[in-house]
Amino acid sequence: MDINDVRSLVLVATFVGFIGVWIWAWRKERKTDFDESANLPLEEDARPDDEYRTNTSWEKP
Amino acid sequence: MDTQAQYNDTVVRQFAIMTVVWGVVGMLAGVYIAAQLIWPALNFDLPYLTFSRLRPLHTNAVIFAFGGCALFATAYYVVQRTCHARLAFGKLASFTFWGWQLIIVLAAITLPLGITQGKEYAELEWPIDLMIAVVWVAFGVVFFGTIYKRRIKHIYVANWFYGAFIITVAILHIFNNLSIPVSLTKSYPIYSGVIDAMMQWWYGHNAVGFFLTAGFLGMMYYFVPKQAGRPVYSYRLSVVHFWSLIAVYMWAGPHHLHYTSLPDWAQTLGMVFSVVLLAPSWGGMINGIMTLSGAWHKLRNDPILKFMIVALSFYGMSTFEGPMMSIKTVNALSHYTDWTIGHVHSGALGWVAMMTIGSLYTLIPRLWNREGMYSTKLIDVHFWTSTIGVVLYAVSMWVSGITQGLMWRAVNDDGTLTYAFIESLKATYPYYGLRLLGGLIFFSGMLIMVYNVYMTVRDRKPEPVAVLEPAQ
Repeated sequence: MDINDVRSLVLVATFVGFIGVWIWAWRKERKTDFDESANLPLEEDARPDDEYRTNTSWEKP
Repeated sequence: MDTQAQYNDTVVRQFAIMTVVWGVVGMLAGVYIAAQLIWPALNFDLPYLTFSRLRPLHTNAVIFAFGGCALFATAYYVVQRTCHARLAFGKLASFTFWGWQLIIVLAAITLPLGITQGKEYAELEWPIDLMIAVVWVAFGVVFFGTIYKRRIKHIYVANWFYGAFIITVAILHIFNNLSIPVSLTKSYPIYSGVIDAMMQWWYGHNAVGFFLTAGFLGMMYYFVPKQAGRPVYSYRLSVVHFWSLIAVYMWAGPHHLHYTSLPDWAQTLGMVFSVVLLAPSWGGMINGIMTLSGAWHKLRNDPILKFMIVALSFYGMSTFEGPMMSIKTVNALSHYTDWTIGHVHSGALGWVAMMTIGSLYTLIPRLWNREGMYSTKLIDVHFWTSTIGVVLYAVSMWVSGITQGLMWRAVNDDGTLTYAFIESLKATYPYYGLRLLGGLIFFSGMLIMVYNVYMTVRDRKPEPVAVLEPAQ
């Protein structure tokens, strides 16, 4: 086996890995975890002593 | 309340303020050297003020001081909030702040003195390089230490991008700067000839890919959903975006060396990977913009979101332009012309700076316990100065660059060159004026930001924020 076979194998392995990431990400089991993760940026800091930042957008209610 | 139950926001505040300060300094340097290209006498015949010395000062200041401080500030903020944990190693985090500021000051002293390694975006000499390596490793320890002590099972996608940025920049920086010192202020790289060139652009392009892209994508994946009040459009897509982006970026560097003595196969490899890079880049851009899907009306009232969406649009434009320019036949026209400068600034001002500015306007009120910035109206004014500034800049450089490219390659029937170099230089003059105007307008927006930030934080005593308990 010469170096070019190794190169081909690495290419194939990388490609299979890439397809694997797609399959993994689109599995139904991931949905709940991903939804939980996706909501992390929406949490606001807890501030018991004031009412700041319940609404951080500039829209008028 | 014991301190472990509170976020470490002090270091975030320090980096956030210095982002604004270095943004002003770096962009002022840019405006000044843009003026020098029209009026060369502005160097006053002083070696310290020549274009050749101030240009690296400008690039280092905007990339590593402005962009760097923004990445430190947001990475430290995001990792704490999304891990529900206080920043690990508080003293080390503080060390990264003071260390990074010292490095910036040393850069500002040594570059005008002409002390340089002569490698683009890696000009700083070996003692400063060593300091950067130490501070950067400390950054990694603080960041990954916080990930390690997280109280949330998942590592939010923004942290993956920040993590990749920190690890890759450490590797790039260390290997590209391997050199043999001959004195305190002079060293020679251990690589020679074309190997040195390839190392340099492996570093240079991945500095774009991981410092100016992956890091700011981390910022995007946290602050766009935050400001839009909606989760990212597709979390699944963000996972594929991450892995494909980091897998492909690493191979694109050779496109900086088209038609040089770099072996032809390596040039072609760089070109092909650069074109492939369009896919993950646009996947991420679409994911960011579509986060507003169903909430487009928010763009009407919220100038911060306008900053972010225009930043993503510029990201999309420059990541289309980049792959196109890396195609050899296009590169034959664009390389060494002002088109490259236009491309870089559509990415740097349009994407990096506007995403940073938008994120800071989201972040700063939260860091100083306010509901919003002092003036929303001024954010809107800043938005328009930035947008008009970057459009003027990019368009003038496109026209100038294509003009140069066409004039340089024009040949007469007998094979002689149609134009002398000086003729192409004369042709670019009006565009240099337009570029200076665009830069000045963008810079004026930064001054508005300074005022707005000052009015927001003055007289405010920040209160510690309790670490959020994980949801059960």
